[in-house]
Amino acid sequence: MANMLANIFGTSPVRPLEKHMDIVYRCAKKLRPFVNAVIRRDLKRMAEVRGQIEALENQADDMKKNIRLHMPKSLFMPVPREDLLELLLVQDKIANRTKDVSGVIIGRKMKIPKQIAPQFLEFVDRNIDAAKQARKSVRELDELFTAGFKGAEVSLVADLIEELDRIETHTDEQQTILRTAVFEIEKTLDPIDAMFLYEVIELTGEIADMAERVGRRLELLLS
Amino acid sequence: MEAQYIYIGLAAAFGLFMAWGIGANDVANAMATSVGSKALTIKQAILVAAIFEFAGAVLAGGEVTSTIRKGIVDADLLSDTPELLVYGMLAALLAAGTWLLIASRNGWPVSTTHSIVGAIVGFAAVGIGVDAVQWGKVGTIVLSWVVSPVTSGFIAYLIYRSVQKLILSQEDPLSKAKRYVPVYIFLAAFTITLVTILKGLKHVGLTISLRDSYILAIVIASGIAMVGAFFIRRIEPDKKADKDQHFYTVERVFGVLMVVTACGMAFAHGSNDVANAIGPLAAVVSIASTGTIAAKSSLPIWVLALGGGGIVVGLATFGRHVIATVGKKITQLTPSRGFAAELAAATTIVIASGTGMPISTTHTLVGAVLGVGLARGIEAIDMRVVARILVSWVVTIPAGAFLAIMFFFVFRAVLP
Repeated sequence: MANMLANIFGTSPVRPLEKHMDIVYRCAKKLRPFVNAVIRRDLKRMAEVRGQIEALENQADDMKKNIRLHMPKSLFMPVPREDLLELLLVQDKIANRTKDVSGVIIGRKMKIPKQIAPQFLEFVDRNIDAAKQARKSVRELDELFTAGFKGAEVSLVADLIEELDRIETHTDEQQTILRTAVFEIEKTLDPIDAMFLYEVIELTGEIADMAERVGRRLELLLS
Repeated sequence: MEAQYIYIGLAAAFGLFMAWGIGANDVANAMATSVGSKALTIKQAILVAAIFEFAGAVLAGGEVTSTIRKGIVDADLLSDTPELLVYGMLAALLAAGTWLLIASRNGWPVSTTHSIVGAIVGFAAVGIGVDAVQWGKVGTIVLSWVVSPVTSGFIAYLIYRSVQKLILSQEDPLSKAKRYVPVYIFLAAFTITLVTILKGLKHVGLTISLRDSYILAIVIASGIAMVGAFFIRRIEPDKKADKDQHFYTVERVFGVLMVVTACGMAFAHGSNDVANAIGPLAAVVSIASTGTIAAKSSLPIWVLALGGGGIVVGLATFGRHVIATVGKKITQLTPSRGFAAELAAATTIVIASGTGMPISTTHTLVGAVLGVGLARGIEAIDMRVVARILVSWVVTIPAGAFLAIMFFFVFRAVLP
């Protein structure tokens, strides 16, 4: 029997979006053990973590496709479908950037100079923090839907996003300092290695940028 | 003499089958909202449904039954040939049952009410004559099919908006929920009791004055609200679950409310849908036992009880499974949303039952869900399915009519 009541409910995108963000964060978090292994020159561990990152990124990709598949145009939702799809896209980019960073490092067999290693690790951590804060904000989605995007829940999410912005600004500052540190030792490095070191710093910083864009997208839903 | 027993036997069998089908399928919609939101377990839902469907059918099902039985066909034209009405009503029951079977096989979302009304209009218009149909009344019924989902949608919208404003968007939703939910319980209980007292009780031989009706409804509703408040006060916040889902405990408070609205919904459903099965049966019974079309004859209570019983049996045999399936699919209806939809639908349906309008309870519930959706309360509604419901709405009436006409001529040729 085609049950009328059961079938009028489309697949809710809310939980899947939260789950996707969970996977994305787990992927980003792997960057810390990865960079640690790079600093220690532990090739075996590097390959292992890289494998995990790839697997999680793939998983996030599959989820992304699946969510899109279940969000046909005929869905009637409290928020524009486009906004949710865009949110999904920027969430996914956090995982993509994580994969990019590990990919460049593995592909070019890069080393991280000892002089900047502690700063680099801190920078990575802060970017992961941004991803974590983005996850925390996205996790409020179902509460937002319940509260009808109004009242106390909205200000709660607004606060979370504000904190996310602060973290992102911090990563920007760290990035500038890190670049200066690389600049100071770049004469001692192989020129091409130096170029790619800048590139990796740039890519890592984009994790926080994407996390911040997740916040921007959420904010659009609040308005 | 013998023909009468054949008529009554056939009508009872068909009517019972129809009631069984309603219990197996339609009741699931009324109860699944509560099961889906985990306000009730399946066992509790079946128990609640059995009691309140039966009570609704017996206490408040009379008005709609009499519409189906004698409101659509103009019985005066048939006083010389009462057997035509017997054939027709049998044909209508069989046609509606068949059409529902075909529709479920093919997965079409059709309404029991629309099938039976379409079938009755069909046999009357073609089998007897266009004049035999009380078109004015039929027009009102069809209009009520449009009005009822819209009304329940509108009420659901208002209720859910008030919940958002008073509770969900507040700083401390839990304390607000504990304060306001008993009020909603009172409102739910009051509306349903009042309509039942005003419209239903005269069928079981009770008459209560208007003033006393209000007082009685207020007393009963206050009692239920107080019991509800007692259970609500015992709900302790679950810190761990609340961290994961801030509204976890708040939803549990709404869960108490949902038990009340689920009872109301089952009652409302029983009061309206039982008529689809027993309206034609009642017509056949009255003609067969008196030999004439007595427009004033009263409805034997055993007929109502047979309908109510059939629904309960259907519920116990197949309904359980359907409730479980539907319940799993509608998790978006959390108690706060589900109660708004249920209360709006139950109110609309009970009022329709009181005025004798045979409406589609499922459509009314769908309308209520859309209303909650419009209040930004539902995460995703598939509008394609809503469109499909509208299409099958239109198709069901001629389909039921066509089948009824066929069966009518067969019965007229075969039956004594």
